[in-house]
Amino acid sequence: MIRPHRTHPLWYAYMAHRLSGLALVLFLPAHFYVLGLALTDMAAFDGFMTFASHPLVKLAEFGLVFLLAIHIFGGLRLLALEFLPWSAPQKTLAAATVAVAFLLSGTFFLQAV
Amino acid sequence: MLDLRLYMAQRLSAMVMIPLTLGHLAVMIYAMRGGLTGGEILARTQGSLFWFLFYGTFVAAVSVHGAIGLRVIVHETFGTRGRALMLLTWGSCLVLFLMGARAVLAVTLA
Amino acid sequence: MEAAENTLEVSVWRGGEDGEYQTFQVPAQENQTILDVVSWIQQYADPTLTYRFACRVGMCGSCAMMVNGKPRWTCRTHVKKATEGADKIEIAPLRNLPVIKDLAADMDPFFDKWVKAGAVHHPTRTRDDAIETITPDEPGRVEAAKAIECINCSVCYAGCDTVANNPDYLGPAALQRAWTLYNDAKDADRQAILDNVSGVGGCHNCHTQGSCTMYCPNELDPLSAIAGLKRVTAQNFFKRKG
Repeated sequence: MIRPHRTHPLWYAYMAHRLSGLALVLFLPAHFYVLGLALTDMAAFDGFMTFASHPLVKLAEFGLVFLLAIHIFGGLRLLALEFLPWSAPQKTLAAATVAVAFLLSGTFFLQAV
Repeated sequence: MLDLRLYMAQRLSAMVMIPLTLGHLAVMIYAMRGGLTGGEILARTQGSLFWFLFYGTFVAAVSVHGAIGLRVIVHETFGTRGRALMLLTWGSCLVLFLMGARAVLAVTLA
Repeated sequence: MEAAENTLEVSVWRGGEDGEYQTFQVPAQENQTILDVVSWIQQYADPTLTYRFACRVGMCGSCAMMVNGKPRWTCRTHVKKATEGADKIEIAPLRNLPVIKDLAADMDPFFDKWVKAGAVHHPTRTRDDAIETITPDEPGRVEAAKAIECINCSVCYAGCDTVANNPDYLGPAALQRAWTLYNDAKDADRQAILDNVSGVGGCHNCHTQGSCTMYCPNELDPLSAIAGLKRVTAQNFFKRKG
């Protein structure tokens, strides 16, 4: 099988950062809208909170926290690479990003269920 | 499609958000213990200057960061440039900021 | 069966941008580079095959092509290394550049960006002055030394997806050259170098995919050079404001 030039850890790290960032920026308006309900329609806000206790919604929330964690630790890796001259262990740092993101969102998920 | 100014705005907003995001994550994990109700959230945040500044800064930084990120992705995916790209950057920044500001006001002002 | 085992199935790009792959059966050898394979086709199968090479020993930087999806210097790439276990070889002109014909890519955009990145020396002295002494272990010299072996083969440029998605982006080779000149103590106008790499297509567009460093046949590190440019321009951003 022919493996194109993209199949290496740092390229995957770039794509993970891009996709998580895109997902988060699209999610934010919905997040803001729901919180804004507290200002105008308290009943609807409480209604949403009941909806949010559904297991499937919890799973989606786990996904969001995971994306946020991926994006922040991936971002920390980029800042370290760009502003501190840390170039050698980049693959390790990229892998650590995923590991820490799983740990954090997993903790969140366990608290949530 | 980033020059030095946009790059700095992107990196500085990122640095501002690092402690804020970690704080937000910690609050979420803490608050989720034993279920979450709207009343609980509001009891913690309403009338608090600290949370107003915390989430106010967060919203300002994320509007800048998200808009620039979106700009880069749209340019590199669809080849959009010039005026359309500028409109998209400022438009998304404005939408994020206004909606975010409304949310911050809703949960921090009693 | 014996004959089939000793034959390579090689797909080669023919024509311009809208060309297609043509398959050749090439005798397999124990020691054989991709350039050997291409040369065999041109000499024994189809003399109209167009490709580019000169030194055959990895010095001139003219024989780079896409081999099984990856940018390679073909004169120093063994068939066994390039196939990575695949049972066929696919050879195409370098990515991210216009195709002239067959395996020859038009290198003009690559070298135009080299010039655009402002990799021009700004002298501190005239020919009448004595040569300035630079000791090999000065930090700037050590940094510059990391990249002076660049042979302009465009492998990094072909491997970079930011170049593919953003046509203005100067690319790894040109930016690495700018970083090398920036570290030259004998350059009189370092700010001009930084200004040249801070525009719309400059170093700040890099997404740290790292394909440049991964595929550089001379094992240079454009990724870190570009990070160096980002670091220095960011520091200067505040100095110039303040």
